[in-house]
Amino acid sequence: MSIVPAQFNDRLTSLGEQYRRFSETTATALLWVLISILFLWAAIFETDLFIAGMIVGSVLALGAIGLTLIYSILGFANFAHGDTMMLGAYVAFFLLTGIVVGEKPNIDLDVGWSLNRMPGATAELWDLSFGWGLLVAIALSMFVMAAFSIGLDRVVYRPLRRRGSGIVIFAMAALGVAFSIRAVMLIIWGPDPRRYVQGIHYANHYPFGVVLKTDQIFIFLVAMGLAAVMYFVLFHSKLGKAMRAMADNPDLALVSGINTDRIVMWTWAIGGGLMAIAGALLAIQALLRPILGFELILPLFAATILGGIGKPQGAFIGALVVGVSQESSIVFFSAGYKPAVAFVILVFILLLRPRGLFGTAS
Amino acid sequence: MTLALEATDVVAGYGEAEILHGVSIAVEEGEMVAIIGPNGAGKSTLLKTIFGLIPTRAGSVRLGTNDITSDRPDSIVKAGMSYVPQVENVFPSLSINENLEMGAYVRQDGLRERLEVVYDMFPDLTSRRGDGAGKLSGGQRQMLALARALMLDPQVLLLDEPSAGLSPKMVDSIFSKIVDINLAGTAVLLIEQNAREALSFSHRAYVLVTGENRMEGDAKTMIDNEEVGRLYLGE
Repeated sequence: MSIVPAQFNDRLTSLGEQYRRFSETTATALLWVLISILFLWAAIFETDLFIAGMIVGSVLALGAIGLTLIYSILGFANFAHGDTMMLGAYVAFFLLTGIVVGEKPNIDLDVGWSLNRMPGATAELWDLSFGWGLLVAIALSMFVMAAFSIGLDRVVYRPLRRRGSGIVIFAMAALGVAFSIRAVMLIIWGPDPRRYVQGIHYANHYPFGVVLKTDQIFIFLVAMGLAAVMYFVLFHSKLGKAMRAMADNPDLALVSGINTDRIVMWTWAIGGGLMAIAGALLAIQALLRPILGFELILPLFAATILGGIGKPQGAFIGALVVGVSQESSIVFFSAGYKPAVAFVILVFILLLRPRGLFGTAS
Repeated sequence: MTLALEATDVVAGYGEAEILHGVSIAVEEGEMVAIIGPNGAGKSTLLKTIFGLIPTRAGSVRLGTNDITSDRPDSIVKAGMSYVPQVENVFPSLSINENLEMGAYVRQDGLRERLEVVYDMFPDLTSRRGDGAGKLSGGQRQMLALARALMLDPQVLLLDEPSAGLSPKMVDSIFSKIVDINLAGTAVLLIEQNAREALSFSHRAYVLVTGENRMEGDAKTMIDNEEVGRLYLGE
């Protein structure tokens, strides 16, 4: 028996509710203010780093959008996302050069067929460092990785879904997939860094002290273009609406007549394709290393959680924030601390507002 | 009369537990049929089994002339039957319009025309097409859930407690909407806790107890039945 009158109890509950709403609204507002300050400061005082951050962020966004889609539709955190991105980059490398690691150290094996051998495939396009061979390699890798992701779902995740496995089992399975993919990359292409194109390419100078390679502009435009395509697909196509519906309520999607198995397949296809492109774009401006995929996990998750896990528009904004924060952090810290920046953002957001910028109460 | 829906000796359950031990129901074209019974009688399980959400262990389900036993829900939707679950029956992060589009997911053409027809049936939704469904009140959600299920102009509509959690006033408007839908030609099979009211506007009714048929008959006479009154109408 409660000695507190029911009315008073109700009043207390409603006060608690009001406080919770107030603090949540404040936290969101505070977060937006912080992000605006960061962007303004970086854009005005560290324009060069801001641009570099936006480029990295736009590529991260492609990975983060895939990660958040897989989370919202399949309900698990795909820890293999970074490594699969790298696999996509290596597949493009292989199609381009035909190179795999040889039996002896430091001697590569050439399979004898590659896009680079096609006439004119290596001739540099405009001011870019690569020719059409790489573009074709990336496009092919996109299809390879889409098929790979669907296949992986059939072999690993679908049996777990049928068995009704819990979220921890899925996370462990994804971790296992991540280790396996990394090991396969090491076996096939070895631990040494690779690059798509040999030789030196100079950067151009732009106003406000911005120094950029044309490759970087290409990366940014492709990544932003794809993010725009993804926005269109998710919010204006029948498939995208069905994907969002399934993220909302898979059971209701099923009874509405949506073939949920097919939506799962499309999610992997889109996620895999985005991973391939993101990995390859990243490898254009950095070096290909099997371990890079592992290093990507933290920024990818920080971006996804910052935006509100399950929200594609949030993942996009979150990735830009992580990219700009990481790049502009070198004003204060040595560049070696860049990965720590993503970690700090992750901890900060989990403390301040765990459901992120666009997340809704569950 | 032709049967729109017929379930014969349906056996179903979850895991080890068998919930339905051979339930049979039939709905004629254009008919309104209520299923009443105590909690745990297997009413919701019956609807889920008919709709292919739970495998049928024995028995059969026919929709018109098609055998739909254990078919996938998406093919059942195509065959002309829709289902409104009791809870979580709208997509909260989609707009009202997108919710209705999802109801017509299997439709290839004529979406625009059908949208207008359904909006005419639910004028309250018309002015709020772009609003998120998550912002709607309980009653409006229920209206949207009904509207979504009507997007394909089904022959049979399955409703799992459409009045659950609604205010008395809202219950009345939901019920009158269901009667309208039925008068327009859709056969309705509904489960209701508000048994007396449900019986008052249904043609026939079934009483389900512990996964078995207990009684069936004309809805109006069932209201006056002594046993039904004592057990399920709280008299």
